[in-house]
Amino acid sequence: MENTINTQVRADSESQLSPNSELLLQLKDVSVSYSPDKKAVQDVSADIFSHTVTAIMGPSGCGKSTLLRAINRMHELYPNIKTEGEILLKGENVLDMNPMKVRRMAGMVFQRPNPFPTMSIYDNVLAGYSLNNIKLNKQEKDEIVETTLRGVALWDEVKDSMTKKGSFLSGGQQQRLCIARALALKPELLLMDEPTSALDPISTNRIEELILDLKRQYTIVIVTHNMSQAARISDNSMFMYLGELVEYDSTKKMFTKPKEKRTEDYLTGAFG
Amino acid sequence: MCDSIFRHIGILRHRHIKKLMSSTIQYRRAKDRIFLGVVCVLSSLTMIPLFLILWELLKKGYKQINLSLFTEVAPSSMDAMLARISNEPIPGGILNGLSGTVLMLCMAIVMSIPVGILSGIYLAEHKDSKFSGAVRSLTDLLQGVPSIVVGVVVYAWVVRPMHSYSAFAGSVSLAIMMLPMIIRSTEESMKMVPGTLKEAGLALGASYSTIILRILVPAAFGGLFTGSLLAICRVMGETAPLLLTALGASSVNLNVTEPTSAIPLLIWEFYNDPNLANLIWTTSLLLLVFVLVINIIAKNIAKKWKIQ
Repeated sequence: MENTINTQVRADSESQLSPNSELLLQLKDVSVSYSPDKKAVQDVSADIFSHTVTAIMGPSGCGKSTLLRAINRMHELYPNIKTEGEILLKGENVLDMNPMKVRRMAGMVFQRPNPFPTMSIYDNVLAGYSLNNIKLNKQEKDEIVETTLRGVALWDEVKDSMTKKGSFLSGGQQQRLCIARALALKPELLLMDEPTSALDPISTNRIEELILDLKRQYTIVIVTHNMSQAARISDNSMFMYLGELVEYDSTKKMFTKPKEKRTEDYLTGAFG
Repeated sequence: MCDSIFRHIGILRHRHIKKLMSSTIQYRRAKDRIFLGVVCVLSSLTMIPLFLILWELLKKGYKQINLSLFTEVAPSSMDAMLARISNEPIPGGILNGLSGTVLMLCMAIVMSIPVGILSGIYLAEHKDSKFSGAVRSLTDLLQGVPSIVVGVVVYAWVVRPMHSYSAFAGSVSLAIMMLPMIIRSTEESMKMVPGTLKEAGLALGASYSTIILRILVPAAFGGLFTGSLLAICRVMGETAPLLLTALGASSVNLNVTEPTSAIPLLIWEFYNDPNLANLIWTTSLLLLVFVLVINIIAKNIAKKWKIQ
């Protein structure tokens, strides 16, 4: 039974999720457990195509952040969390790769803006290089900082205060700086864990515009508890409930004709 | 009719409650004011001892403050007696104590700060392990060990095997006394660093050691620095362990294997010699000023480098 559901999801993926682009990330029966008897994420399978924005939504505690963090192996901070299954990034299983390499291929943006408080704005953008001991000359550094900050539409606001600390910026600017920090390493995939939940509506709007803009170059997976945000910015949506992937389809289809009753109930506000 | 009676009763009751409430509010306000007053008086009482101490030291010690205090060693009892008889200020200074204190503090810093900071980081990073629980309780117990006991133990460990009192032995005892303070303050400041910074570093592909050394420690640096400075303040005036380890010396000694003087040891010596008694106050004043200045610096650093 479960197999049929999975095949169905995959069949849908191929036909509708993004016919024109290549397969970037494949989740195969991914389970994450915090303790041996309790799975926070259960047998999730899904294919994510490049240059798409995929929203993971669902009520609190449904495992959406847990799933996202499994992709770049952030769970390894906590030894009691176990990840099973296969997560193929460009055909390679991230669970077998060097975690440092995985995290450079999959950048991450967090719920709260977290620029490094001891580093300047300039150094924050380059943190991915300096922390990994990658040596760059001044010209390369300047170029990366400028292109990345232009990419996140922050350059004009901060070009005269490069030496100021990252915490000097406003919340929305800090979050864009964090996106720049993740993008400076030129990742294949950008994972965003509720990146606007700590921001005001105007900053949220700017980040959403940015996400739509970044889609041309990057593939984005974004966790959100905000349904209208998912509707505004994503191409495809996953709906998770109690650790299960209930439905994965193009956003348009999911918001208009959900296949599952539970999805419909969630989208119409019956729970969540 | 009935209706209007009820309404009337309602109004009466309303007035009554209003009256009751206003008296309660007045009572509460009065109570608050009295409480505030008592708290203010009591807290200002706590400031009095420090000012009285400073005043006493200044009053009795200012006569001896001069440049030679910092450039000359402690005078002999004879010189002091002659000066006293001819009613002149006592010659000499406390250079031997000053140099000994600086020497021993430097050695104690080298011994205790690396160990203390690394242990503190370990405790903050492994909050729940049994081992760190044990380290934490033992650290607390170490903090409670009386300083004279530390002195006795270091006497047995260092002075006896080396067959001599020495600056090295003194610094070992100071380092032992500094250690628990540094460990706990490091642990507390590392815990203050938001966990999201660690995640951010990890998400950029940095290794664990890089994250600790290049993100968490710089973020907590203000706390680590302040904690270490306060630990230095704390042991600067320690006398009991030094009596049993460094012993004291009448000249400036920079040889770590030789007995060495220190400011608190000089105070003790001056106390034991009636001819030198006048120097007690000046030396104590200096020691207190040093400690206060370091304390104030530490407080300002903590404020300036606070994690935002």
